[in-house]
This record gives sequence, C-alpha cells and structure tokens, in this order.
Amino acid sequence: MSTLSEGFSTAFGLMAGFDARLLGIVGLSLRVSLTAVFFGSLIGLPLGASVAVGRFAGRAPVTVLLNAFIGLPAVVVGLLVYLLLSRAGPLGEFGLLFTPAAMVVAQTVLITPLIAAFTRQIVADAWREYREQLKSLGASAGRAAFTLLVDTRFSLVTVVLAAFGRAIAEVGAVMIVGGNIDGVTRVMTTTIALETSKGDLPLALALGIILVGIVIIVNAAAHATRQLAQRRYG
Amino acid sequence: MNRIRRNLFGLAAALLVGLPGAHAEDRFITVASTTSTEQSGLFTHLLPIYVQKTGVQIRVVALGTGQALDTARRGDADVVFVHDKNAEEKFIGEGYGVERKEVMYNDFVLIGPKDDPAKAAGKDILDGLRKVELAKAPFVSRGDKSGTHAAELRYWKAAAVDLERAKGPWYKETGSGMGPALNTASSMNAYILADRGTWLNFKNRGDLKVLVEGDTRLFNQYGVILVNPAKHPHVKKELGQQFIDWLVSDEGQKAIAEYKIGGEQLFFPNAKKP
Repeated sequence: MSTLSEGFSTAFGLMAGFDARLLGIVGLSLRVSLTAVFFGSLIGLPLGASVAVGRFAGRAPVTVLLNAFIGLPAVVVGLLVYLLLSRAGPLGEFGLLFTPAAMVVAQTVLITPLIAAFTRQIVADAWREYREQLKSLGASAGRAAFTLLVDTRFSLVTVVLAAFGRAIAEVGAVMIVGGNIDGVTRVMTTTIALETSKGDLPLALALGIILVGIVIIVNAAAHATRQLAQRRYG
Repeated sequence: MNRIRRNLFGLAAALLVGLPGAHAEDRFITVASTTSTEQSGLFTHLLPIYVQKTGVQIRVVALGTGQALDTARRGDADVVFVHDKNAEEKFIGEGYGVERKEVMYNDFVLIGPKDDPAKAAGKDILDGLRKVELAKAPFVSRGDKSGTHAAELRYWKAAAVDLERAKGPWYKETGSGMGPALNTASSMNAYILADRGTWLNFKNRGDLKVLVEGDTRLFNQYGVILVNPAKHPHVKKELGQQFIDWLVSDEGQKAIAEYKIGGEQLFFPNAKKP
C-alpha cells in the first residue's frame, strides 16, 4: 500500500476509534488557537479600525508595518516569544515557557497583525463610502470606527477565520515556545512533525488529514452562522 | 455595549482558566533531553512508571544535546539528560550544573544502502568512514551540534579524515534532528551515523540497513545533571534530584534495561553504585 492511501486509512481508523490521546491533542490545538484568535481579534479589530478612520501622524508607516507583518515567519515569532518568556528573559519570572499559555502568546503575536491589516483595509473601504454620512451625524472617530466594525462584521468573519487558519496550522512558533511536551504542549502540528521525525509517514499524514478536516469543520460552522445571521439581521 | 464588554471578559477568563498548565500545580519538573531518547520511545516507556510511583510529572523537551544544554543555561529546565560528555563537563565547569551522573549507554551504528557501494560494512567505524569518504558516497550529517553530530565529528577526526578539505557534494549537512536526517538519508540512499534507538524505532527505512556496529568506540554514554539552583533559584531542586536518584537506582536502571523494540534492548544501564 502506498504511503498516501495508508495515510487515509490510518486517518479513518484513528477517527473511528476516538483515540483518547488524539482527542486530547486536537482539543489542545483548538483551545490554544481559538484563544489566540480571541485575543488577536480583541486587539486587531479595534487597532485596524482606528488606523482606518483615525487621522494621526505616522498613519502610513503603521499601515505599511501592519501589512508587512502579515507575513511574519512563525519561527521568528517563536524565537522572540521564547527569549521574552525564558527564565533569562524579561518575563521569565512568570514561568510561562513550555506551557499552553506561551503558545497562546506566540500565536496571538503571529495573527494580530493579520487581523489588524485586513480589518484596516475593509473598514477603510467602508469609511470612504460612509464618511460624509457619519460626519453629518456628528460621530466621533471612535464612534465611527465602532459603527463601521459592526457594519462590516460579515467580511470581518473571513478575516478572523484566516487568522484561525494561520494559528492552528503553524508549527514553528509552538514548537519553540511549547517544547512539544507530551500531554502538556503537544498539539496537532507538533505531533505531525514528531511522527515525521520518527519516519512514521502514514501516521503523520493521517494526523494532517484530520487537522485539515477540523479546519474545514470550523469554516463550515462559521459559514453557516454567517448565512443564518445574514438572513435574520442582514 | 457594557453587556458585550462583560461577556467578552467572561469569555477571556473562561478560555484562560480552561488552559491546562496556566496555573497547574507545581508537582512537575522540566527535563531538557535529546531527540534520541524521545524518538526512540524510551521516555514513553520510562515516565509512566515514574509518575505512577511518585505522582511527579516529568515534562520532557526533546532537543539536540547542544540546544538542551543551552536551554538549561537559560534556566528553562530543572534537569538535563543528554549524551555528550565533553559538553556536559563544560556545562558543569561553567557552574550551570551541580553534578553529572552516568545513567546508561546505547550505541551508534553506521547506516547505509543495502548494496553498500563504498564497501564500508564491518566492525571498524573509522575504517568504514574512511571508505565512505574515499568513494565520495553520499553521507548525511546531522550538522546541528547534537551529541550525535559531536560524535560523528570525533570519528572523522580519529579516522584522520580532514572534513574541511574532504567536504564536497557527497557530504550533506542537514542541520536537523535524528529522525529528519534519517528521512533525508533514506530518500537519497546515503550513509549516516545514527543512534541505535532512533534507528530501531524508525519506520521509513527504504533501502537502508546497519553496516557497522559493535565497535566499542561507538558506545554512547548518557549523563544526567541537575541544573544549579545557585545560578537559577527557581530550579526545583528536590523534585529534580529525586528523579535523578531514581534513574540511577536499581529500580530505575531495571526499567531502562526493560525497554525493548522487537526483542532488542536499546539502552544499557551503567550507573555507578553509590
């Protein structure tokens, strides 16, 4: 049997068997990445919106930086967060290195620029359209940013989903700051890297197939919610 | 607006609390160890025995020996469990470690293609490497400052091969762990020096097999060191020492000897009697 077909049959076997360890790993992956998406959105959405509507010096360079940081290499973010959280680093006393919290921090740093940059673009486009209207209503910049965020929420869902996709798929950062500790910081991607290292390519591929499946399910759920919400409140 | 804000904070708190390890109890230690102990499956065998006995969780971060020692230098581990005597003694000499205890050894093997184009097979590792170099047969090196990489460089030196001069397209430095390097060797049908444990547990062998083994020079000693609490006060001294004492105790040594793959013993305990 080829590695590919073996990978698919292993994947089905694992899913059918509801392997407890696999469920733990999947659960941790989801918890870490969803938490990172939550904090990334909390920072990135208001940040992007204020850069879009705000009038302040240095707006252009901030925009350029946000756009550039969309492509931050995960391994560089991992290294930076590692140096920050390491006992020898400035935040060392909290002992966060090699914990899921460290992975959340790394993924949040990774995806916040992405959320902020796309939010800025979407809100800026809406701002061009509604600027006069909002101004005539006497809305402050903050009020305008908030209104436009609410107004463009359906487009922003796609942004948040992209951020989730990037978070759950990356391996470079979580490997460094989490340490891939069995039962503590081992997530889907680091497990796949480990099994590849062991030369167990069918198992690694099977885990990869499951990971893609999870991402599809999350996206489908978001799509369905969006459809429903659009029909009701659209 | 206020309600939204309250809900958001509630959600944030719930997410944080739901993360294991964010405020887990302190009954664990972090051990910086090598990819060979992890990828050979030794820890998967050993740790449950220890956890059941003591209730102390051992969190293993598997790195190359060089990186494992650096992690401990920064204070990010309580115990190091590695295999490069020179580097370990340097680590202690710098004051980062308390005491090095020998735990066990395994051995390196020279792996190569079944048809052995360089005729490297035999009982002599230096002779085998010389023949690989002579034939300029493809050779994959870890190139990552790991214990295995350090050993490989020592063998080249002992074989009187000046690697700096002899290096060419045949010598491929991958800068990767044992498993990834084996994957590379397997796909290129190249020679490679590997630890037996990782090799026995390795599944993607392709046309590779063991060509040189049993040379006493191939023995690979593992040592365990408690990170010096004088350098890093947060080191869990008691729990770390307890784990070290168990590893070198009769019980720990027996558990190491019992780990086998396909009936073959991987690690040979050799701790000195206290």
